[in-house]
Amino acid sequence: MSERNIEGPLIDCHAHFLHAFCGRSDWQAVNAARFRAGERIGITCHVASILGSYGFTSPTYFPSPADVTRGNDAMLELSAQAGDRVRMMVTVNPNYTTHALAEIDRCLARGGTRTVGVKLLASRRADDPLLDPICTVAAARTLPVLHHIWQHRLREWPSQEISDGADLARLAARHPRTTFILAHIGGGGDYLHTFHAVKESPNIFPDLSGSGVDRGMLDAAIRQLGAQRLLWGTDLTMETGLAKLRALEVTGLLSDDGIRDIRWRNAARIFPPHAFNS
Amino acid sequence: MVDTNCFIGPYPFRTVPHPDPDVLVRVMDREGIRVAWVGHLPSAFHRDPSAGNMELHAALSSHAGRLGPVPTIRPDWPRWEHALRQAADEGAVAVRAYPPQWQLGPLDERMRELALACGERRLPLVLTVRFEDLRQRHALDSAGDLSAAAVRWIARGGENIRLVVAAAGRDMIEEVHWGLTPDEQRRVFWDISWIWGPPEDHLAKLFRSIGPNRFVYGTHWPLRLSQTPRANLDLLPEDLGAVQLADPGRLWD
Repeated sequence: MSERNIEGPLIDCHAHFLHAFCGRSDWQAVNAARFRAGERIGITCHVASILGSYGFTSPTYFPSPADVTRGNDAMLELSAQAGDRVRMMVTVNPNYTTHALAEIDRCLARGGTRTVGVKLLASRRADDPLLDPICTVAAARTLPVLHHIWQHRLREWPSQEISDGADLARLAARHPRTTFILAHIGGGGDYLHTFHAVKESPNIFPDLSGSGVDRGMLDAAIRQLGAQRLLWGTDLTMETGLAKLRALEVTGLLSDDGIRDIRWRNAARIFPPHAFNS
Repeated sequence: MVDTNCFIGPYPFRTVPHPDPDVLVRVMDREGIRVAWVGHLPSAFHRDPSAGNMELHAALSSHAGRLGPVPTIRPDWPRWEHALRQAADEGAVAVRAYPPQWQLGPLDERMRELALACGERRLPLVLTVRFEDLRQRHALDSAGDLSAAAVRWIARGGENIRLVVAAAGRDMIEEVHWGLTPDEQRRVFWDISWIWGPPEDHLAKLFRSIGPNRFVYGTHWPLRLSQTPRANLDLLPEDLGAVQLADPGRLWD
């Protein structure tokens, strides 16, 4: 599938799985579809999280502690079964600090090297002090923090407390030892604002996931931030992930090494050592 | 393969890289696309599309056979019937209209009149649900998306009507399709440029429920990556790997 014959690992830094308690009878089919498409694309590792009950028993971005735990349990089980194909991010709701910190250590203890990051939900603005203890612990455990981001927030939107690149940049400045993954530049909003907002934040790594496939988005990301700051991912739409993968090869802006950086080498640098055995 | 949904020309709310016919032809070669139905992107935002149509014809003239012009006809504009006749005489392969941008409501009789007039000339009418994702739009881009009600209303207008609806998602497609009689359903085709693939597999679900013969290939170039629809087809489940989309040249068959 690669026009430039760039083979090798491919790490999806932003994936999600469903589970039995999210109110969908087709949850197993959706998970199977992710693996099916992943094999076709050539994904060697899905770095994934489960967002509570996805709205079934508490809101996706404001999950109850019980739903967070249940989702993390399902993710622990799935990552244990899937071998090297899946690594997990611990989902936390920052409004419950004690629970969030306990979940990180619980999932590290149970998941071992399969637990590779923290997924911060849009339950609180990114620059809120409530996020500080979580970021401090993440740095101490060498876990990157994936933060759900709305590209340029101009108003409030329902069902989440949105943050944009500028909000995350303020958090990242307070935590220079923590690595942040800025979620889905194609996931809604104005990504051009994001590139300016995080340009001077070297500990923020935007991922390319999301359903948005605007022409010019990848070019602007590469020009503004460079190949060593970008991570490949899919989120909810894997066809757009594949399209971006193919588009990266024809931007005229990337060397083969630059493409490998985005495909997997940046991920290998920012996730814990030995996160990806293969 | 025929790309039924692409444009040339700049977009008013952001820069799109080189939206030119020569580049489009190179993209088509790379993507294995034989023919493209090409609209003039700025015309969607002009009051009078006449100048844009002339510009479109001039720009595509050196690519006859690969790039088919899809001029814009505004049915609330004086002498639109003359503009349609002229477009057909000049080799239009389809016609584009933008009811939300012209503030034509979902039950506007003039849209039906245009669709019927296009149908008499065997010209598909291309409607665009959206140019950009709702969440990123410029403050002045306030037209909103084309509604399912508008598509149903036009599709019910007469048996000769053929619509190609571009950039719709699963919800809208299902709402329109199951809100039409079987005869009316055959008048509506959907481009696949904005339908989700795996893991939710919206495209696969639509192929199974509605049938692949209701869909045509479309990229939404230069606004979206031309690689997306091909990627979506490449990721279909095994049992759908050999599906055939509708032939845009035979929408009345």
